[in-house]
Amino acid sequence: MISKGSPAPPTVRIAAGQGFWGDWLEAPYRQVTGGPIDYLMLDYLAEVTMSILQKQKSRDPTLGYAKDFVPLMERILPTLVERHIKVIANAGGVNPPACAEAVAAAARRLRLDGKVRIGVVTGDDLLGRLDGLVARGHELTNLDTGRPLRDVRDRVRSANAYLGAWPVVEALRQGADIVITGRVTDTGLTLAPMIHAFGWKRDDWDLLAAGTVAGHTIECGAQCSGGNCLVDWERIPDLANVGYPIVEAHADGTFDITKHPSTGGRISVPGVTEQLVYEMGNPAEYITPDCIADFTTIRLAPAGKDRVRVSGVRGKPATDKLKVSIAYFYGYKAVGTLVYAWPDAYKKAKAADGVLRQRLTALGLEFEAILTEFVGAGATHGVLALETADLDALPEVQLRIGVRSFDAAAVERFTREIAPLILNGPPSVTGFAGGRPKPEEIVAYWPALVDKRMVEPCVEIVEV
Amino acid sequence: MRKAAVRRLAGRAVGKGRAKRVRLLELAHARSGDKGDTANVGLIALKPEYYPLLVKQVTAARVARHFKGMITGTVERYELPNLMALNFLLHGALDGGGTISLKTDAQGKVLSTALLRLEIEIEVAQ
Repeated sequence: MISKGSPAPPTVRIAAGQGFWGDWLEAPYRQVTGGPIDYLMLDYLAEVTMSILQKQKSRDPTLGYAKDFVPLMERILPTLVERHIKVIANAGGVNPPACAEAVAAAARRLRLDGKVRIGVVTGDDLLGRLDGLVARGHELTNLDTGRPLRDVRDRVRSANAYLGAWPVVEALRQGADIVITGRVTDTGLTLAPMIHAFGWKRDDWDLLAAGTVAGHTIECGAQCSGGNCLVDWERIPDLANVGYPIVEAHADGTFDITKHPSTGGRISVPGVTEQLVYEMGNPAEYITPDCIADFTTIRLAPAGKDRVRVSGVRGKPATDKLKVSIAYFYGYKAVGTLVYAWPDAYKKAKAADGVLRQRLTALGLEFEAILTEFVGAGATHGVLALETADLDALPEVQLRIGVRSFDAAAVERFTREIAPLILNGPPSVTGFAGGRPKPEEIVAYWPALVDKRMVEPCVEIVEV
Repeated sequence: MRKAAVRRLAGRAVGKGRAKRVRLLELAHARSGDKGDTANVGLIALKPEYYPLLVKQVTAARVARHFKGMITGTVERYELPNLMALNFLLHGALDGGGTISLKTDAQGKVLSTALLRLEIEIEVAQ
């Protein structure tokens, strides 16, 4: 859209279409058809997603990306071309080239040959380089526990550095209409088109921080436009047609958060504030590959119906490290549930838990953890809820018991101990329609840091 | 212990007004999320005049007492006066966190409203 030498546009509109893989399928379609936008930003990757995709790729080398992205592109590509809307998505997972090839095939099916350039950003995948990095003294120590990676090296399933906005900027500079990346930060996906459109520099720390705040605000989709919003929640209008957020960015780093007209939800200062503090650590040091943003400098102001103006953001120089997300095998778990009804629902559920645990002990099964919760009686707020609850009056309580172990057989045996309680445990029990719980593999998350100079992002263009 | 604390504070005068205990639910809203085994709770004042009350009374130590038995680690607090918000990090809140956790609320999504159960004192005119 913006070529070198042309003046920077006054406003760039970046619309969020997915807050995670599995988010509302209608949202991206509504974003491209509901009003003017310049970019559609789609965030598909959670920490656990990369290991799932790595497993798919190991079974079939043409897989390993967010498959939903391809039918979505097939649905909206004609509109994107017609309206000159660009797409930036980290849908590439652990196989961005295969994802790009699938999208290119979709474009050809739509006879859009010659009309779509796909930018592919790779270089984040470190799985094949881990031993080399460790051998060269990069310990990849767990940021939370301080343990060295060698403790779990033989169980590692995926390892990806978080790339920032700059490789996406490079893809846009090379004329990409659709940028497909691997593990690029959520915030970088939104920051990149601002850098590209406004010509921001690598040391424009305040501007980069402003774009990062914009990215943080819309990276969870509708969570800043009325979804999961606690303040005044009952009066947030028409969530059935909730409008996903749009950033209207300016070259000076100020931006508005808004949404298309005639959509549901609400964009307000309190609602945007809820999203700003979401998944927040030290607010003065929000660290990304591109900068350190200081969230204590953000100024929010109402700027009309469903519009909040953001200004004042200050930033500091980026660090010389990148975060690395490593996924490793951590045994098995299973969760079983049964529902107990009035009278004495809570007592019955507790009694059933006692019976079940006694049986597990008698079977000699060993677990790293057994956790019992009583849904409807403090499963989420614990003792804080039970202080005021009338436990005898509860109409029903769900017994929810989970186990975790490296012993797959122990977890499997546990799954067979739930159903018998219907006939041989405490009474007034129901709710076993789902059948025997399924043991699942646990893939845990190992956060680490690596020197930036060890990671070389790569940008390629696929012509359709 | 909590009941004892309530008795100690009941009826105690604060400044010139009368002390009244209110739930944070009436003074603030909140959102929570996870990072590994740590949950964060962002607590946001519903009105500007409530923010100093939150800063003064909803200390890290107070929040740690509130969640006693529910978290295994410490509590850290950060201030965002520009957003009338406090950010709390609750370490060891999620049974290992993410995929390891067996909890219903493995990502700490509703620890936000659990914090809003906390009662603090406000001063009401006589």
